Amino acid sequence: MTATAERPQATIFKRPTATTGIWSWLTTVDHKKIGIMYGYAAFFFFILGGIEALLLRIQLAQADAEFLTAGAYNALFTMHGTTMVFLFVMPVGAAFMNYLLPLLIGARDVAFPRLNALSWWIFFFGGIFLYSTFFFGTSLAPISPEGIPGNLAAAGGPGTLHFLADSPDGGWFGYQPNAGPLYSPGTAMDYWALGLQILGLASLISSVNFIVTVFNMRAKGMRLLRMPVFAWMSTVVAFLLLFSLPIIAVALFMVTFDRQFGTLFFAPVGGGDPILWQHLFWLFGHPEVYILILPAMGIVSEVLPVFSRKPLFGYSAVVFAGAAIAFLGFGVWAHHMFASGITPVAQAAFGLATMTIAIPTGIKIFNWLGTMWGGRIRLTTPMLFAVGFVAMFTIGGLSGVTHSIVPSDWQQTDTYYIVAHFHYVLFGGAVFGLFAGLYYWFPKLTGKVMNPTLGKTHFWLQFIGFNLTFAPMHWLGLQGMVRRTWKYPAEVGLEPWNVVVTIGAFTIAASILVFMYNWYTSRRRGQDSGIDPWDARTIEWTTPNPTPEYNFATAPVVSRLDAFWHMKYDEDEEGRAVRKDDADEILAHLEYDGRNPSAPIHLPSPSYFPLIMAVGIPIIFYGIIYHTTMWGKALILIGAVISLSALIGWGIEPLEEESPVEAEDADEEDMELELVEVDDE
Amino acid sequence: MSDIAHEAPVAHHEEHESTGIDNRKLGMWIFLSSEFLFFGALITNYLLYSNRAGFEGIYPAAIYDIPFTSVSSFVLLMSSLTMVLAHNALSRGDQDGTRTWLFATAALGSVFLAGQVFEFTEFIVEYDMTLATNPAASAFYVLTGFHGTHVAIGVIMLLSLWGISRRQGSLSERHGMNLELVGLYWHFVDIIWIVIFTVVYLLSVPPG
Repeated sequence: MTATAERPQATIFKRPTATTGIWSWLTTVDHKKIGIMYGYAAFFFFILGGIEALLLRIQLAQADAEFLTAGAYNALFTMHGTTMVFLFVMPVGAAFMNYLLPLLIGARDVAFPRLNALSWWIFFFGGIFLYSTFFFGTSLAPISPEGIPGNLAAAGGPGTLHFLADSPDGGWFGYQPNAGPLYSPGTAMDYWALGLQILGLASLISSVNFIVTVFNMRAKGMRLLRMPVFAWMSTVVAFLLLFSLPIIAVALFMVTFDRQFGTLFFAPVGGGDPILWQHLFWLFGHPEVYILILPAMGIVSEVLPVFSRKPLFGYSAVVFAGAAIAFLGFGVWAHHMFASGITPVAQAAFGLATMTIAIPTGIKIFNWLGTMWGGRIRLTTPMLFAVGFVAMFTIGGLSGVTHSIVPSDWQQTDTYYIVAHFHYVLFGGAVFGLFAGLYYWFPKLTGKVMNPTLGKTHFWLQFIGFNLTFAPMHWLGLQGMVRRTWKYPAEVGLEPWNVVVTIGAFTIAASILVFMYNWYTSRRRGQDSGIDPWDARTIEWTTPNPTPEYNFATAPVVSRLDAFWHMKYDEDEEGRAVRKDDADEILAHLEYDGRNPSAPIHLPSPSYFPLIMAVGIPIIFYGIIYHTTMWGKALILIGAVISLSALIGWGIEPLEEESPVEAEDADEEDMELELVEVDDE
Repeated sequence: MSDIAHEAPVAHHEEHESTGIDNRKLGMWIFLSSEFLFFGALITNYLLYSNRAGFEGIYPAAIYDIPFTSVSSFVLLMSSLTMVLAHNALSRGDQDGTRTWLFATAALGSVFLAGQVFEFTEFIVEYDMTLATNPAASAFYVLTGFHGTHVAIGVIMLLSLWGISRRQGSLSERHGMNLELVGLYWHFVDIIWIVIFTVVYLLSVPPG
């Protein structure tokens, strides 16, 4: 890479130039590196959330157990839910979108590369901020004028690991007034509310970025209805984020004002309305559910056609069904609140609206089945996960429809039946889909294929473990086992299934260890993937693996859906796909061309400022928590100075500065890889 | 090779399938669509509490000074006009005019903010209505406070543009685009105020 030294620069620092090592990662604006960082960070939080779940399961494996104190239990289920939703599934979705969206639409990067880096760093520091509650947060005994016991955080009681109790304990939904200043004094719930605020900011920035990218950066000929389904679902998710995040931002600001500045939004003592919190939270929270699942649906819609060797059945129906799910998703929030005393008319309306969601979802499921039907199915690891997704998601979807029947929902509310339902859609659905994507696109990251034997071991262990864990929760819930309850008495007979559930949870943990081992070894010693390991259909596979820094050596031009497939295959008279005679030559040609750009390629330059700006934000938020003290005020000031300085530097940094990758600078060792006869037609 | 032809790279903007709107401008539009929901939620909160009976303390709707707020609303509306004039001057290449109208916009925005500070002070000192008086007061202060914060950020952006223009003698095309972005943002803040002034000030009545 050559720096453009001749251009006069009005910057404070020299532009960072490192292309390897830690600085290249800290200053990168490359969507692929950002995607990889999102992925590793999210996986780290997945491990933390998983450990929290295992601790909960140890406690529940035995009736009247005394493994965790009540306070520690409350904190762990709160942090488990918060982590898995905001720090694992959402950022893994962001990782896929970052890495793949530009590749899928034939772009070199996103519309705003530095903003992209900013949203990654804000997410990263937001996650650290949220988890720092384990070190700095406090959960004090509730101050209740009426002597009503609030949360049990400070109660302690029998059990161990009580030090974990000093962290958020109001549930991932933070219901009021329990999570308000009266019943959750101490700073832990402030860490929760402000941490989510930071994470929301990160998602908001990336949603704007992705929407502009999709609208303005598509390759020539890549019309909207030629985009791969994953690109479509990313767009839909970006719109969901765009319209739901401001609502949770307002709600979290209200909580923060209640807790820090004495407003009375949710305090019944002063006339506030706790149900308002539920409305605002679920008005965000239900679209959030689709924010979690739609990326996985997009991934599965990419994986199933490839391994069924058929085009996606009803492409446009799948796309429109995804958009319809998102649209309807804004009109069903109160089905989370059937037990909260909303009027019968509202209950009926929201129940019916909820049922209608089953229609677009059903369209998708049948289209996936139609894709597989009559296909020549290859049961590779990504395909296993994708099929697992369809099966498990369908179970979760069906139990979901049962919640739309209001009287039935009253029986199920706050029982393990609900826990079973949303784990079937979020674990059996989203997580299986995300693993399908990891196995499928691993070659794009590394140029290697993941070990299939270990991959299938992972799948079956996870599949069995998952069903052992969550299927019995249906029966436990229908037997009346209540959610979020620390212990249950031996007489009620819930113990046997709970033992099974805990065994299942540890089986899942074992499967994740297999996955980690596979990832680690395949990165080092995996089989080389070549350019097209799966006989794929979409244009991200027209560039070599691992993806070159510039994505496409020459800007692709697309003339139809599944363009890459049609480069390799013709149809015979009966409409069957026949591989072209020169398909292998075309692939070799693509590989050679992809590694040897014929002209300099302009890439956005790295920058320090996204990182610096993001550092300031959690500092400001720490300051808000301790704003009554001198230190708190100082922190707000320091954070603001850091962020504003970075903003000024950002503004001064020349926009159009680009460092071209010269053709002759391309890795020389790659040049000799594939020397094929180039016939330009 | 017909499905993905590989062409020699051409200039950036021509090689994309695109809306034809500048990335930054499209980004600002999309961001503002999100902001509408932000204020929508805040206004809804206010409407929910503004005339709910039975709160202790005074209701915001009982103490609005409508003539005063009408004047400050008028000032803010006029700042949209000066913003348009600034944009117009820039597109004519009139750098002096641009600077003048930018400064006028920032000044009008500051007058509006001063009016809000006066209003809050009056409510707190004379009527003893604070954030913590009752939920209606909480909703009022948080809503108008967030709007004021948006205005303040807009004023800072306007003054930055004005400063850049003074230092460099002109606004380049790059900054010209920024002027359009700041303009979009500024008009948004004004439009939200029109809604707030109508719904929160003119149409809201205290209970009873």
